[in-house]
Amino acid sequence: MSKDIVIRIENVSKQYRLGQIGTGTLSHDLKRWWALTRGKEDPYLKIGVENDRTSKASSEYAWALRDISFEVNQGDTLGIIGKNGAGKSTLLKVLSRVTAPTTGQMKIRGRIAALLEVGTGFHPELTGKENIYLNGAIMGMTKKEISRKFDEIVDFAGVQLYINTPVKRYSSGMYVRLAFGVAAHLESEILIIDEVLAVGDAEFQKKCLGKMGDVAGDGRTVIFVSHNMQAVQSLCSKTIYMKSGKIADIGPTDQIINSYLSREVNNRVSVSWDNMDDAPGNSVVKITGAEIIAQNQKEDDPITIKTEIWVKYNLYLLKEMNTNLSVHFNTASGLMVFNAASPIMNLAAGHHSGTMKIPGNLLNNDIYSIRLLVVKDGTTIIYSIDDLLTFEISDIQREGNWFGKWEGVIRPILDFTLI
Amino acid sequence: MNENRVINDNTEWDSVIGEQKSQLNFNFKEIWRYRDLLILFVKRDIVTVYKQTILGPIWFLLQPVFTTIIYVAIFGRVAKIPIGTAPPILFYLGSVTLWNYFSDTLNITSKTFTDNATVFGKVYFPRLILPLSKVLSGIIKLGIQFSLFFVVWIYYIFINKQITPTLYVFTFPLILLTIAMLSLGVGIIITSMTTKYRDLTFLVSFAVQLLMYATPIIYPISTVSAKNQIWLWLNPLTSLFEAFKFAFLGEGVVNFFWLSYSVLFTFVVTFIGILVFNKVEKRFIDSV
Repeated sequence: MSKDIVIRIENVSKQYRLGQIGTGTLSHDLKRWWALTRGKEDPYLKIGVENDRTSKASSEYAWALRDISFEVNQGDTLGIIGKNGAGKSTLLKVLSRVTAPTTGQMKIRGRIAALLEVGTGFHPELTGKENIYLNGAIMGMTKKEISRKFDEIVDFAGVQLYINTPVKRYSSGMYVRLAFGVAAHLESEILIIDEVLAVGDAEFQKKCLGKMGDVAGDGRTVIFVSHNMQAVQSLCSKTIYMKSGKIADIGPTDQIINSYLSREVNNRVSVSWDNMDDAPGNSVVKITGAEIIAQNQKEDDPITIKTEIWVKYNLYLLKEMNTNLSVHFNTASGLMVFNAASPIMNLAAGHHSGTMKIPGNLLNNDIYSIRLLVVKDGTTIIYSIDDLLTFEISDIQREGNWFGKWEGVIRPILDFTLI
Repeated sequence: MNENRVINDNTEWDSVIGEQKSQLNFNFKEIWRYRDLLILFVKRDIVTVYKQTILGPIWFLLQPVFTTIIYVAIFGRVAKIPIGTAPPILFYLGSVTLWNYFSDTLNITSKTFTDNATVFGKVYFPRLILPLSKVLSGIIKLGIQFSLFFVVWIYYIFINKQITPTLYVFTFPLILLTIAMLSLGVGIIITSMTTKYRDLTFLVSFAVQLLMYATPIIYPISTVSAKNQIWLWLNPLTSLFEAFKFAFLGEGVVNFFWLSYSVLFTFVVTFIGILVFNKVEKRFIDSV
């Protein structure tokens, strides 16, 4: 049983010092050295905060990884997901031996090849052929192994004609294809891949994913780090969900992705103000609450592009008014998707509430924020509030092999015919 | 099953990373496994220098030729620094070639971490491969340059008959090996010390220039007063350069005690260098 484990991570932690390196650290270095020489514990390892980037750190040191332990079996395809700053890249660096953990141990059986970048060590003056050998050797292959794979690599990259030309004369596409070609033909037992899929056109991405599928099919071990749930879902059988430098969850991919989306993405963002004095508004209208309700089968399911969404709002009028609401839907990048307005109603002073329904299969996956405007007599804006609600629509169910971001602001399902 | 694991733990893993108790477990086996990479790095260093040039490797020869001409003119003709009975061209060409090897290697290995941070940040291979490749590509360059010295040397032996070679020329590989080790050792100590505090980097190139004058390059040690000689002997390069001159030109002071001192110094420095480098390479990427 234990023979099948190819990587074992035991209580791995990685600490980083916040702020600049190399200014004022001499005294810390001396203190640390003095403590260690006397056989005492490192004084700076005790302090340190969890790596939560949303709040200001209270200590000078932060843990990018904290007590990570897991095992990877021979032939596993392991996905690692998590938000930016969750520690994915640090874990990758530790796994690929670019940097050593602060505490803890990592045990490896077999050779590890890490693809944190395509074309590491490519020299522009060298020819395609020379670079294949150099890059392959940097990745840990021997000359003999590269020679054996050489034709396959050239074939994969489609650069037969230019193999004796310096790579500085290559188009960027050829360059990337050649670089990925070398990486894809590595003969290591364990392959670690960062989001290198983000390069190249759709056709090439498809080719890369296919190649990685083959690698996994060969019984080799693959660790794949990505933001792209689609790609993780199709490639990996097991997934680790990282949050603030810790493993939040580990298990079968489908289950972990759901857990990730429901915990990281605010499925039902809601705001409410019980105290009228705190509520945003003015002398005419107060906004007392708002909520996004996903019309999913199960309560915890994430909002996907298929989900019907209800926007619920509560407001309090201080006097009678011909009122209508206007809802601006903006993407995270600030592009307005639509502006929808309600019919004008004569409303009495007091509490009012309502909902706006957005059908499923309309919006593309993105992060959206809602701006709410209260309008009098259909012409005068009485009050407006930005970013009243913010939520994310995710993209997890898709057919076919294209895993990149779906283009376009909206993503309706339309009737097609093809004769 | 659990017991089984404990037994297997330390014997079956190919590599164990982190929390190593001993500073001394240096993985020479791993460097051997990456020997192909070492060769390819050396090849890259040599080949890329003369890509897109017409003269190609001949450019390697021009550097010592020009330096020698300048030295003969300035130190020999203008400053009239005495160099003994050896022909000036041979005297300068030999020591300049050898000195350039030492200073180039030292300058480049002392920047191993900072120069290669982007590659080191993306992929793991034994870091020592890089400075080693610089030492080796430097030797190849030196070999090309030395052929020129050799031709001039032969000329002075057989045609000009100004010098008589000694059998000690066969010790040259050992002298070269010691110089190579010394430049590697000092270089990797400096690069290990400069990952966090860069201050030292500014001093290195300046110090190397100064060191040239503290080494018998443009003068033989015999021209230095006995009182000051002791300070020069403390420089481990002094014995090596004097031995080199003695072997090829038949002129030079070889003192067995100081020669042993240089060799011992080199071994100690290289040993410390590998230890420090080995320790720093694990986490330097966090502070570079």
